[in-house]
Amino acid sequence: MNRDDFPILNGDFIYFDNSATTLKPKCVVDKMVDYYSKYTSNIHRGDYDNAIKTNEEYDRVRDIVKDFIHASDSKEIVFTSGATESLNMVAFGFFKNILKENDEVLLTMAEHASNVLPWQVLEKDGCGKVKYIPLDENHELTVENVKKAITSNTKVISIAHISNVVGDIRDIVEIGKICKEKNIYFVVDAAQSVSHIEVDVVKADVSFLAFSGHKMVGPTGVGVLYGKSELLKEMLPLKYGGGMNQSFEIDGSYLLKEAPIKFEAGTPPIAEVIGLGEAIKFIQRIGVAKIHEHEYSLKKYLLDALADMSNIVVYNKNSKSGIVAFNIKGVFPQDTSIYLNHYHIAIRAGNHCAKVLKEELNIKNTCRVSLYLYNTKEEVDKLIEVLKNSEDIFRVVI
Amino acid sequence: MDEVVRREIILDNYQHPMHKGLVEDSSYIKKNTNNDSCIDNIDMMMKIKDGIIEDIVFDGEACSICTSATSILIRNLIGKTKEEAEIILNNYQNMINEKEYDKDILGELNVYDQVYKQPNRKTCALLPSRAAESILKESDK
Repeated sequence: MNRDDFPILNGDFIYFDNSATTLKPKCVVDKMVDYYSKYTSNIHRGDYDNAIKTNEEYDRVRDIVKDFIHASDSKEIVFTSGATESLNMVAFGFFKNILKENDEVLLTMAEHASNVLPWQVLEKDGCGKVKYIPLDENHELTVENVKKAITSNTKVISIAHISNVVGDIRDIVEIGKICKEKNIYFVVDAAQSVSHIEVDVVKADVSFLAFSGHKMVGPTGVGVLYGKSELLKEMLPLKYGGGMNQSFEIDGSYLLKEAPIKFEAGTPPIAEVIGLGEAIKFIQRIGVAKIHEHEYSLKKYLLDALADMSNIVVYNKNSKSGIVAFNIKGVFPQDTSIYLNHYHIAIRAGNHCAKVLKEELNIKNTCRVSLYLYNTKEEVDKLIEVLKNSEDIFRVVI
Repeated sequence: MDEVVRREIILDNYQHPMHKGLVEDSSYIKKNTNNDSCIDNIDMMMKIKDGIIEDIVFDGEACSICTSATSILIRNLIGKTKEEAEIILNNYQNMINEKEYDKDILGELNVYDQVYKQPNRKTCALLPSRAAESILKESDK
């Protein structure tokens, strides 16, 4: 659906790498070009018309994001460079100051690097201990296993809402409830979910939530950190500079502004923030429920076809998102992706930044097809046809 | 070179690579090498005695080009002096990078003389030579 909104799709090109980044609709690009060609100025400083317009456009996006993730206050929305920075801010700006050596941080083996490494670094510094909640036989996270993994030392649970290889949708509302009962901080990486399914930070009672603009038809270089007001108040910035301070004096004293401004030192990615607002409006016009229904129906369609092909192994048949992780038997995933590129089909081969998942899947690398709103049944048919004819794969790739 | 022959040599070395499997032997020097731009990742171990390469083995996960090139390169290097090996590596890298090279000393490695046409696979073909080069450098220490 909405293919006409994506100029890049005018041509012989099938894009199935949406978990890495999504394509951008013309309205998002136009909105950013407008800022650059019609009213460029910095924010929060000027008194001239263009500066006032920039302020309005920029500040409005905080409200758009707030409504999109159902936060209670737009002051809980911090603009960052992306989910990675958001998660690092949470680890090093908040948890570094409160975690004791024996406090447990619960993750899963299917987490992205940006939700594992910061915690490992903290652990090395004597802040918390990383533990992994076991996944079920489909490599998915169940609420039951979350309950079982919690001990009296558990201080934080930090998980993806949708994991980026298995693609399972975690029940964050239920897990949020458990965290509240047990007084555990709940951090959610929503990079793979926020433009695919409903995210409600209040319903799930999350402490912090992170996502990126570029995985939701928006620009690169911008993302969001949501944090509960009382936690953002405690959290320290990792960057200091212009815009975020109230005052600083020659005697060394200084006063910071309140959240979210105290986390946005320096000139922010203004065009990108404005583009992000337009991206969210685009998604809202279609509706995440409709997007999810579309991509999941395409996944089921693809799985049905792959089930008949004895040369294909699928690793995540069960998960309810638009992600299919697979391999052609006896073929290294990179060779498969080079083969598919020959037919102008873009997929991803690798460990998808989930480097501890190999312990679960017993395989390091997979091919990943990740579907999105603009993908069609015809595109999936083309993929199936090319995979069916893959006995000549080495004639193509060598 | 005939395309069919070229493909057969590469495919044979990919599907049945020689010298695959690491050894527990402290007389070997071991190096891990990987590519930033793709997922090739190999460990190589080399045994050098009196300036001569006595043995090389490898293991890891890598694509058809990288795995086969490792298998062929290892065969070309075993039995050579370190100086001879460096000349082979130098000429091999020049071939992949479209610079002047002596094809007569590369033997079967000449099957990769078309890799430059796929720029994203140059790094795959070069990975084993980077591994061997860093081991040779280490052996000088």
